[in-house]
Amino acid sequence: MSDFIEKKNSGQADINSVPFSEVEQPGPAPLAQQAKGFWVTFSSMFKKNQTVQYPDVKAPTQPRFHGRHQLNRHPDGLEKCIGCELCAWACPADAIYVEGGNNTPGNQLSPGERHGAVYQINYLRCIFCGLCVEACPTRALTMTNEYELADDKREKLIFEKEDLLAPLRQGMLAPPHPMYPGMTDTNYYNGDVKEAHPSQAMNGDK
Amino acid sequence: MTTTQESAVAVEMITVVIDGFEVSVPKGTLVIRAAEKLGIQIPRFCDHPLLDPVGACRQCLVDIEINGRAFPKPQASCTIPVEPNMIVKTQLTSPVADKAQKGVMELLLGNHPLDCPVCDKGGECPLQNQAMSNGHAQTRLDGYKRLFEKPINISSQVLLDRERCVLCARCTRFSDQIASDPFITLNERGALQQVGIYEKDPFKSYFSGNTVQICPVGALTGASYRFRARPFDLVSTPSACEHCASGCDMRTDVRRGKTLRRLAGDDPSVNEEWNCDKGRWAFKYVTATDRLTQPLVRNSAGELVTASWPEALAAAAAGLKGKRAAVLTGGRVTLEDAYGYSKFARVALGTNDIDYRARITSDEEREFLAAFVAGSSTTYRDIDSADHVLLVAFEPEEESPIVFLRLNKNFKKRGLKVTAVATKQSIAMDKLKADFIKVAPLSEPAAVANIALTGKSIILVGERASESAGLFSAVAALAAKTGAKVGYIPRRAGERGALEAGALGTVLPGGRPVSDAAARVDIAAAWGVENIPTQPGRSSSDILAALTRSELDAVVVGGVDAHDLPESSAALAALKKAFVVSLEIAPSSVTAVADVVLPVAAVTEKSGSFLNWEGRARGFDAAVADSLHRSDVRILSMLADALGNPISLASVSAAAREFSQLGKWDGARISFTPVSATSSPAVSGDQAILTSWRRLLDMGTLQRGEDNLAGTRRPTVAVISPKRANQIGISSGQQLRISNSHGSITIPVLVEDIHDDAVWIPRNSFASQALVALEAAHGQVVTVVKA
Repeated sequence: MSDFIEKKNSGQADINSVPFSEVEQPGPAPLAQQAKGFWVTFSSMFKKNQTVQYPDVKAPTQPRFHGRHQLNRHPDGLEKCIGCELCAWACPADAIYVEGGNNTPGNQLSPGERHGAVYQINYLRCIFCGLCVEACPTRALTMTNEYELADDKREKLIFEKEDLLAPLRQGMLAPPHPMYPGMTDTNYYNGDVKEAHPSQAMNGDK
Repeated sequence: MTTTQESAVAVEMITVVIDGFEVSVPKGTLVIRAAEKLGIQIPRFCDHPLLDPVGACRQCLVDIEINGRAFPKPQASCTIPVEPNMIVKTQLTSPVADKAQKGVMELLLGNHPLDCPVCDKGGECPLQNQAMSNGHAQTRLDGYKRLFEKPINISSQVLLDRERCVLCARCTRFSDQIASDPFITLNERGALQQVGIYEKDPFKSYFSGNTVQICPVGALTGASYRFRARPFDLVSTPSACEHCASGCDMRTDVRRGKTLRRLAGDDPSVNEEWNCDKGRWAFKYVTATDRLTQPLVRNSAGELVTASWPEALAAAAAGLKGKRAAVLTGGRVTLEDAYGYSKFARVALGTNDIDYRARITSDEEREFLAAFVAGSSTTYRDIDSADHVLLVAFEPEEESPIVFLRLNKNFKKRGLKVTAVATKQSIAMDKLKADFIKVAPLSEPAAVANIALTGKSIILVGERASESAGLFSAVAALAAKTGAKVGYIPRRAGERGALEAGALGTVLPGGRPVSDAAARVDIAAAWGVENIPTQPGRSSSDILAALTRSELDAVVVGGVDAHDLPESSAALAALKKAFVVSLEIAPSSVTAVADVVLPVAAVTEKSGSFLNWEGRARGFDAAVADSLHRSDVRILSMLADALGNPISLASVSAAAREFSQLGKWDGARISFTPVSATSSPAVSGDQAILTSWRRLLDMGTLQRGEDNLAGTRRPTVAVISPKRANQIGISSGQQLRISNSHGSITIPVLVEDIHDDAVWIPRNSFASQALVALEAAHGQVVTVVKA
């Protein structure tokens, strides 16, 4: 094999022996043109600096920037997601996977009968179009302004429900816990529940 | 839609004009159906082609004009049959009909909750779809909707959400007209009208799943599919049911490699659009966590340890090579797998010792199968045209539910006469208003002999006929005398296919008798072997006896449960003694004593076909991918290669192709030698003759892991006659103890119509596993006392 290659190369001319013709080189530009070019450099010295020292400095995005998703909670801590899969249905990139689950008295995660048991968004596929947010019937899914979505492993970019759930705020109890006494799922959707009721705390949840 | 009319009868055709197009349909066709023929879709909820018209939902309103005279108002097209000179204008051409339909839709939606996101029907919901196609885009109602408690369990597996119901009465009509289980009905009136069950009487129908499937809204949902998936996530595969010999067409819906639900397919000549709850919901055994995934080999210490495939195949080949070996396939094999076993026995093991019947059998039955059943074709269509159906050792609802539905349809539509020779009255006989010929166990043959049938009658005989000596002979004699057709209905899905594939000691593939030299030459030539063993093979009980007596050394066992065999402890002892190669999907009593265990694919994971009781092929593809394609036939082929006698059946399609090329036997059949009947044993005092059959929903292996289904099992009861109840001093509900030398069963008693000498128990129900506890099932004398 190597013989063959050598033989083939040996027939070729030496690169240094190839003749070349002289090309006419352009001379220096007239002084007026040079001054015009340097003026651009000079004038930008006095403009406002656009460089951001990312990641030391993080500039805020526009308020409606499409960033990472968030699964919201009702004011008492119950999840808003009901596992209906409409977001997955709406997704043009097939980035969302949802499995519904049955709310039982011992495992009430959202108001009503149904909750999202599995909720995954694949940020390798997501195109941040926001159609899922539009599809969500309970306003469970919204988008945050968080844009730092890069990682070194593909698996890490499939976000699970725990990664997407909104943090517990003041007055919220971590589900599972029962619904607010005397309230139905309709009351929840109408915003009648303002905070968790003490009786909603499950054993060891205080 | 299935029509029972004979094709020879000329059908009067009527021509009508629908939306300006002419269409000719048979007299009596409903307008909505005639429109379908033109491809015009009229929205509907209550209309179902297999149920009687009711006009409950009013969604299908159209403008109708006959002989130039128009109806003053739009009419429900699902209740009006076509008439000559009829002009129909649907919503497509008549603004009046369109407005009427939109109005009806608005009223139906008036109380329908907007909970589509949490509703299981969302995405495949006729109400959703038709509200989009034939409804207003905006609602004008802003009041409160009617609320009910949601959902309520009307049985352990069917949930009812009354808010969503549009009162189409499909479910109640199905239960009443098709299943004859009128456990649900419409209660109350007006806005409060709702589907309900009778107080304290749940919807314990064997066919309740069909109501979930035909519900046009999400009012009825199945507990096991609740909130599991959306229809657009599911990958659907046409499949066939593996649970009984009815041969239902099915659809298997899979999400992420897991079967989530199964639905009845539409096959007008077999199951129409129905199936039974077992077929619909008993599929969790496939995903049970204890599935075998790796081959197991028994090591020198006597323990089963995981092995590689080459290792396991070598161990199996070493144990079988040069040994006197037999094959037991079990009744759940596909046709292709059965053919693989059949060829494996003859070519790789050089024996005819093969039997697919893992149950109580008789040589009389085997002769009957070879002489009359192999290659025969009694069909559901024959039931549709029969004048009289005789049921012998066959309880249709429990043992082949779709046969029951077909009998029931013919009984309801045309008063089909049904006669049952049985030891006990049953619910199905009651529903069919069957003539119940009450006999003592083992006395069936005498009763069968005297029944008047004609050439248009059908005798449906079940596999339990093998338990009464002379019963198959009596059936054959009756058929010969009267010209009636015989339909043999085994319980398991694979039995008919296994018979045709020759997985029986006296039969070669295609119904060729082993005793016929020409048939043997035929097969030997096709298989490229020198000869086929001439000695007719042993039956399953003889194989086990031969293993006990050390006349056989080894056995290859397919899906057999030792507890289905007549003497289960002796059978297990025989298997323990022999070298056993077991092909199984999950650990069983056989794998526990096996020397080599080879894991195989379950039905949803492989392709193949079953032959139902008619002999009709029910093909199916793999619904769930199994990377190893471990169909039994492929593994047998590898094992045969390891033995040095290849059977060259590397795939299911290769087996199917080879089997179909063999064709059916057109030569002489085995001549049937009648067997004389034995008389019922005499009983006295607290003795009784045991009789039993299996319930549809019981402790069956393929029903494991489905608790919702188990909740609708019929109660476990022992049945005795009023006379015996008096004698013992017991009344319904009290505990009865049935015992013999092997053990005893204590269950509540039910006093019913049964022969005075007999006691009936369910054969394999909870607390009543006759073959395990008593090692007896039919015809043996037991002691019956109050517990």
